[in-house]
Amino acid sequence: MAAYIVAALFFIISLVGLSKQETARYGNLFGMIGMGLALVASIGSVQPNGWVYIFVAMAIGSGIGAFFARKVEMTQMPELVAILHSFVGLAAVLVGLNSYADSGQHVLDPAMHTVHLVEVFLGVFIGAVTFTGSVVAFGKLRGLLSSKPLMLPHRHKLNLAALVVSFVLMLVFVLGGGESQFALGLMTCIALAFGWHLVASIGGADMPVVISMLNSYSGWAAAAAGFMLDNDLLIVTGALVGSSGAILSYIMCKGMNRSFIAVIAGGFGTDGTSAAKEEETGEYREMTPEDVAELLKNSSSVIITPGYGMAVAHAQHPVAEITAELRKRGINVRFGIHPVAGRLPGHMNVLLAEARVPYDIVLEMDEINEDFADTDTVLVIGANDTVNPAAAEDPSSPIAGMPVLEVWKAQNVVVFKRSMNAGYAGVANPLFFRENASMCFGDARATMENILKAL
Amino acid sequence: MLIGIPKECAAGETRVAATPTSVAQLQKLGFEVMVERGAGEAASFHDAAYAEAGARVGSAEEVWQQPIVFKVNAPTDAEIARLQQGATLVSYIQPAQNPQRLEALAARGTNVLAMDMVPRISRAQSLDALSSMANISGYRAVVEAAHEFGRFFTGQITAAGKVPPAKVLVIGAGVAGLAAIGTAVSLGAVVRAFDTRLEVAEQIQSMGGEFLKLDFGGEDGASSDGYAKVMSEEFIAAEMKLFAEQAKEVDIIITTAAIPGKPAPRLITADMVAAMKPGSVIVDLAAATGGNCELTRAGEIHRTENGVSIIGYTDLAARLPAQSSQLYATNLVNFAKLVCKQKDGQLALDQSDTVVRNMSVVTAGEITFPPPAISVSAAPAAQKAAPAAAAPKKAGVSKRTVLIGLGTLAVLFLLIGAFSPPAFLQHFMVFTLSCVVGYYVIWNVTHALHTPLMAVTNAISGIIVVGAILQTGSDSGWVIFFAFLATLVATINIVGGFTVTHRMLNMFRKDRG
Repeated sequence: MAAYIVAALFFIISLVGLSKQETARYGNLFGMIGMGLALVASIGSVQPNGWVYIFVAMAIGSGIGAFFARKVEMTQMPELVAILHSFVGLAAVLVGLNSYADSGQHVLDPAMHTVHLVEVFLGVFIGAVTFTGSVVAFGKLRGLLSSKPLMLPHRHKLNLAALVVSFVLMLVFVLGGGESQFALGLMTCIALAFGWHLVASIGGADMPVVISMLNSYSGWAAAAAGFMLDNDLLIVTGALVGSSGAILSYIMCKGMNRSFIAVIAGGFGTDGTSAAKEEETGEYREMTPEDVAELLKNSSSVIITPGYGMAVAHAQHPVAEITAELRKRGINVRFGIHPVAGRLPGHMNVLLAEARVPYDIVLEMDEINEDFADTDTVLVIGANDTVNPAAAEDPSSPIAGMPVLEVWKAQNVVVFKRSMNAGYAGVANPLFFRENASMCFGDARATMENILKAL
Repeated sequence: MLIGIPKECAAGETRVAATPTSVAQLQKLGFEVMVERGAGEAASFHDAAYAEAGARVGSAEEVWQQPIVFKVNAPTDAEIARLQQGATLVSYIQPAQNPQRLEALAARGTNVLAMDMVPRISRAQSLDALSSMANISGYRAVVEAAHEFGRFFTGQITAAGKVPPAKVLVIGAGVAGLAAIGTAVSLGAVVRAFDTRLEVAEQIQSMGGEFLKLDFGGEDGASSDGYAKVMSEEFIAAEMKLFAEQAKEVDIIITTAAIPGKPAPRLITADMVAAMKPGSVIVDLAAATGGNCELTRAGEIHRTENGVSIIGYTDLAARLPAQSSQLYATNLVNFAKLVCKQKDGQLALDQSDTVVRNMSVVTAGEITFPPPAISVSAAPAAQKAAPAAAAPKKAGVSKRTVLIGLGTLAVLFLLIGAFSPPAFLQHFMVFTLSCVVGYYVIWNVTHALHTPLMAVTNAISGIIVVGAILQTGSDSGWVIFFAFLATLVATINIVGGFTVTHRMLNMFRKDRG
């Protein structure tokens, strides 16, 4: 018990440590210590004859985990996180079913028995949703599944029906004193399908929200397991992870100025396209990488606003080199990161860190938005909706009110894009037609390398 | 084509429709400019400066002969008579108030574009003369008030005693109101502001003012055309009460409330003025349309018996002639850019452009006023309302909703407590407290570290392995098998999560240079 309390404290300290870059490494270390303690304590509390299974399972698991965690590229972080979530979900389902199968051996008073059944049912449900949801999220991020939202007819009704039927099954299961294995099994299948459909109907660019949400679910699943196993450590940890994911989802939703429900209900961009035919079209100017290099040389302050396009093109390394080159010339280069840039909260920060961009020149939207007016050149790399002036200026735009990086206030804006297509939200971007904006088409990585050469 | 810039003939008018700078810009668009002799004199732009910028200087007759005329004030009948057949006139027109002027202009076969009809959409902001003039009026209103007010604006502690800062109340936070707030704040005054549109609260705060909010069921005065709308009677009563309270306290009131096409609303009654301290000042920017204050006299300063000065100047913008000419001239240049995209010195009035359409009050001798309505503010079509409508609502989460939410939660907890066994409650308490701890801890995490945070929380959610481990002690083979599997996948999670976090965190580095 004492070990569990210490472990729980270590987890909390670990999260506290993660709040700042300076202390983040200690945070991770404390997390590991906490986990180690918890493992030792729980292994110590079971019969030694089960140890062999535990050690074999853990050896295999550690091998697989360490292998992939070492190998994964930073641009693939969202996928890794998604698939890891699915493991928690799967483990929660297994633990839940086990706890049900095993409970016959303990004698519980009737009230506790009922509570236990509810816990099992909920734990399995949440675990199953997390499992398939994460698998689909993984597939979408990996490109194995189409990132377009799946639009089944009556999709909202389907979701609702899944919830209602599951609830009825829970009543059947609990009132029947836990005899009905059929109800539990059927619910598991429904929950699996529900999780699948829930994420399948959400579009690719909403993945930051989905992943945070799944993060949250995996926490609640662990907490539910804690309830059924009478284990406070699981409850504490699950609740910490659950609230963490929930807050991250909230931050993401706020970054897009959309309600959580709207994101989860899915299919954004499909009903917004009607507004894309606004009058805001016109001529745009093109620039060659050489022109951009010239422009950068003559600037005294530069802000770079990256988006998912930079991750896709793996352009972070040449971008970092350009940054270093410009800084050597005494040009003030900074990065402005929109809260929903990328497919994972903080995704851009990790990519830039990987490319060895110092984190103190990587600023958040709120920190940098006021500075655009005094900036000579802004490079928009693979971002679109997050720099769309329509969100701030055109109240009839479907993304109106979404906080955006106000890049258009700078003297010059260069937008790196593959083509003139609209962004994820299907909204035309009047930025491209502004007088101070120029387009530089092509693969972001190749373009960046050309600029670097020209510098 | 040649653009004529006549001298303004209205009494007291000091502005001019072009400056040497704008002349140069117009020439870049391919136009030639002819300025009437002495047109810019009152605004300190001399003929020589125009000539140096490349403009011709001519007589009134010559200027009015030109195919395009840029002007500030609406033309008088005499001026209309001088206008060439088929010429294009760009100036203030006030078309709604002066239908006969439109007819006279139409009879000359002209094109007339009203600078006071620029729609309030973002694209047209650069030519919105009403806004640029309002900005100047707001600034000047504070300067006039400071001139009349017998004290400092800023608070000071001097050897001769302590001086409290002046308290300024600004009513109506449109362009003029916001400019007044900014100016008064920068002079050191304590500024409060009121507006029926809740959406401007942030703008007021950004200028350094304090938003006076009526505690009033969330009625919002915003309307689709960007101006305030008429409010309900209850709202007005509450509003008047607020003003009466403020009048006793503040030293300066600046009113800018206007409803387009209607007389200005009466906001400051004679009683409120009587309640103000001697030496207080009221600046009424709505004086031209009847005034927001009952005692305002348009065009002059009126001193009441209790020593309150009420400034009713209607020419505040013209009192800064160089500045207002420059901004107005720039508005005109931006207009020229809009209708001369080829930069060839030819006007192309594209009536399918909403901005041009809205400004065109006479087109080729036909009256085209009023224009079709265009909506500019926060009223998207119904089917896409969900994302857009969320924004204004968010601000108004009332205390009541919060209380109801908390109440429901409390009842829920009590119910759970009443029907659950104590063992469960103990766990439940741990759970609830952990959620609270999690909430506060997570909010502290910087955005940059959200990905590592997610990886760590992911790793520690692998704690579910503890559950699996405990289950390996079972007798049933299936249970052991499942527990084995669960241990395996959860361990992948733990090791994978911590390792990848470690990798990521090692990448974050501070700038050494």
